Amino acid sequence: MKLHLAIEELHRSENHLAGALLAMSDRHKADHEVFHVARDIARWSQDHVRALAQAGREFGLDLDPEPKGDPTLLEKARQGASDLLGRSSVPGLLLLANLRHVYREACGTSLDWELLAQGAQGARRKELLQLAERCHPDTLRQVRWANGKLKESATQVLVS
Amino acid sequence: MPRTDRIAEPWGTRTPYGAGETWPVRVDTFLADGLDEGDVDRWVQSATILHSNGDGLDIAVKDERIVGVRGRAVDRVNHGRLGPKDLFGWQANHSPDRLTRPLIRRDGELVETDWDTAMDAVAGRAKELLAEQGPSAISFYTTGQLFLEEYYTLGLIAHGGIGTNHVDGNTRLCTATAAAALKESFACDGQPGSYTDIDSADVIALFGHNMAETQTVLWTRILDRLAGPNPPEIICVDPRETPVARHAAVHLAPRPGTNVMLMNALLHEIVGNGWVDTAYVEAHAVGFEELAERVRDYPPELAAEVCDVPVEQIRRAARIIGTAERLVSTVLQGFYQANQATAAAVQVNNIHILRGMLGKPGCGVLQMNGQPTAQNTREAGADGDLPGFRNWSNDEHIEDLARVWNVDPMDIPHYSPPTHAMQMFRYAEEGSIRFMYVTATNPAVSLPELGRIREILAQERLFLVVQDIFLSETAQLADVVLPAATWGEKTGTFTNVDRTVHLSEKAVEPPGEARPDLDILIDLARRLDLRDKDGAPLVKWTDPEGAFEGWKECSRGRPCDYTGLSYDKLRGGSGIQWPCTDEHPDGTEHIYVDGQFWADPGYCESYGRDLVTGAPLEPTEYKALNPSGKAVLKAAEYLPPHELPSQEYPFQLMTGRTLYHFHTRTKTARAPQLQKAAPEVWVEMAAGDAADRGLGEGDLLEVRTPRGRVEARLRVSGIRPGAIFLPFHYGYWDEPDGAEPGGERGRAANELTITDWDPASKQPIYKTAAAAVRRLATADGPSLAPTTTGSRPVTDGVPPTTGGEAATASEEFSPVGGGPR
Repeated sequence: MKLHLAIEELHRSENHLAGALLAMSDRHKADHEVFHVARDIARWSQDHVRALAQAGREFGLDLDPEPKGDPTLLEKARQGASDLLGRSSVPGLLLLANLRHVYREACGTSLDWELLAQGAQGARRKELLQLAERCHPDTLRQVRWANGKLKESATQVLVS
Repeated sequence: MPRTDRIAEPWGTRTPYGAGETWPVRVDTFLADGLDEGDVDRWVQSATILHSNGDGLDIAVKDERIVGVRGRAVDRVNHGRLGPKDLFGWQANHSPDRLTRPLIRRDGELVETDWDTAMDAVAGRAKELLAEQGPSAISFYTTGQLFLEEYYTLGLIAHGGIGTNHVDGNTRLCTATAAAALKESFACDGQPGSYTDIDSADVIALFGHNMAETQTVLWTRILDRLAGPNPPEIICVDPRETPVARHAAVHLAPRPGTNVMLMNALLHEIVGNGWVDTAYVEAHAVGFEELAERVRDYPPELAAEVCDVPVEQIRRAARIIGTAERLVSTVLQGFYQANQATAAAVQVNNIHILRGMLGKPGCGVLQMNGQPTAQNTREAGADGDLPGFRNWSNDEHIEDLARVWNVDPMDIPHYSPPTHAMQMFRYAEEGSIRFMYVTATNPAVSLPELGRIREILAQERLFLVVQDIFLSETAQLADVVLPAATWGEKTGTFTNVDRTVHLSEKAVEPPGEARPDLDILIDLARRLDLRDKDGAPLVKWTDPEGAFEGWKECSRGRPCDYTGLSYDKLRGGSGIQWPCTDEHPDGTEHIYVDGQFWADPGYCESYGRDLVTGAPLEPTEYKALNPSGKAVLKAAEYLPPHELPSQEYPFQLMTGRTLYHFHTRTKTARAPQLQKAAPEVWVEMAAGDAADRGLGEGDLLEVRTPRGRVEARLRVSGIRPGAIFLPFHYGYWDEPDGAEPGGERGRAANELTITDWDPASKQPIYKTAAAAVRRLATADGPSLAPTTTGSRPVTDGVPPTTGGEAATASEEFSPVGGGPR
């Protein structure tokens, strides 16, 4: 039985995704929708981190229920800097790069949820399966957001 | 003939009527200078232009000048009535400070010039940028106040000619969520309700909609129902004690930013108590299971705590709505300009879908507009959408539009959702939009966070063109100013909230060299040498009627089908509701009859968006979700607002409207009766909050947020505790410094608002900014805020708002179908 490995990996990737979303938010404070939505949906990953820490106990895991990646002083400084840099066109390319990063992180996390769901089904762990069914749709929404935002932003950045 | 002070009595005299009866006629007339009807040379047909209600009126002309207005008794919308803004607002047409010549910036100053020089400068800069960067440098920011013909021509020039994706209107600030909510629930824009539904409804629910002030004549219709036999019950959701709230059976005053929480609790009760038309839902909707599961998590007890509303009031409102036999709901800025705008407005649609209350008399949703012609920006493709409710992510729709315009489909940008207004200003801020052509709107007062907006508009690298009738705050920042004709000086059509199309004819000549917006746009197209794929001129018309005929072809077969209309048909009688076709020559009162929607994947305007992230659904996702084109029940989770009160900023600031002014007061402040009724900005606060801080009526306060400061006199009003309210109309054009605050404090509410918007509709949030207040000076008298409206004082000693003899208009009651009782 290696389900604990899947939970551990997912706990790590959700933490990472939350961190990536929050960092992206801080770097693009002048792109107001990115700033706010990235924060709103980072919360989903943080909820998942808590739920996974809870679920992990049954499998002998001692995972930190407190999500990592809350804004630190360094991030606050980044927000200030991004506000100032917002008047030039360089952040456009950076935005595309960051969206691409978040997209890949979210896709990886989505796959991890699929792995967990498959394992939970095989092991007939109903609660774990329900957890996956509850959380995975959030991850898919994060994927679609990064994809949609990338599509929407790309043209102006690339042709201007 | 009774004469009434229409400033003191904004809704005039009651003509009561009962459920199912016809609303009696009452013809309101105001003529200037003591003239009477016998003095008038001619009456010219039009409709009202200072709100979205679309009331039919005739313009009185004497000696080639407008001298007054009279409501049209035959019109289905108003049955002869007019509101105060309509009775008095036309006087602004004659204002001595109208723009009469083009202006161009020379050595930093705007100086008068001729049309050729001005238009060559505009077209020349556009051509330079097209050569250097391409269409991505060019943007158009329009309004909700031009005519249909002008929007259609503008959309053609921008989308089909220049090929830019950057076209939007200030309708983004007023009606974007109405359109977005309809697209989410019905996959297409198009108003399900009709004003006549008010005549037979037994429950009318107003969600964040102070109809008494924003659509005075529609509210008059409700007041007349309330005064008659079998009156409807009113439900009001509004943090302020508005005139609507005072007539409500239940008034819910939630904390700003918590609308979705409240709506989910109402739906929780409706689903939980089985007030669902199960047969209708099974036959005509998808998504019930998900919605039911979602609202299970939102019991009224939870909402009572989060929204700070008594739990029994939530239950009572839900019961009245849930057991209504004929339910009308209306929605406006209290939802559209608030946190989770689209998600909240969609829940209102959900109530109607669940209860099967669509497409029949007395059962309608009115997702309202703020401006008179906002509906046309949506239909004709000047708000970023494509004309005729075509779907930008459906290639067949793009090909069809390219056929109508005779251009290559590749020339019509459709690679992503159209750029919304807030994003256009962002692109201008980062420097990739370098040309902005603003028509008939004033972003330097109406957009959020004005300090930022002024900086963007004032950039040297941005070429700013402003086409307007006055030198607005925005025009003062322009490189070229083009003087336009306005209502009464040009011909065109426009469409109101309930799909009623009116013709507005030219009554008098515009002042000086001012020209109709349509003429200016056609001139621009000619100077840019825009052509179709066969080399013929892209814009194929030279006058409004030609543009209307062009639009009719574009609308053929689409939901907003105008093919059965013509200028001749619109002359003489009442306005007519679209769709109007050969099969339905008298127009269509109710759409969505028998659960037939425009939601088929091949036909619909939109595949929808994620209500939290705003991500558009892919065509395949929509086809899987809704293969047979039913209504979509879309659930939403509650998210708290992004800016919450803190110790430093303990209040929640809402901005909004007053009955006597429109937009940034460019017209209404130039009508003496209206300006006198609401002469200066004020701030509203609840009595308890004021007492806690030792503040009193009329004290001069500073209202502060992290973005700016505003000075305003305090009106202690019936607003809910913890919230404060500022009207957004007051800018700087009639102050010494003209375009911006003279000192460190301003008076425009948008100095304070936050740059944040709903991800689904992209409508800015004006109803939740954390704010602080402090007293600058004690009162030397009460605030001058109106006493007749949402700003009614709760303390004694405030003199009532009146207009006196100058504001007296006549009311003529029809002998048939009732009269004053």
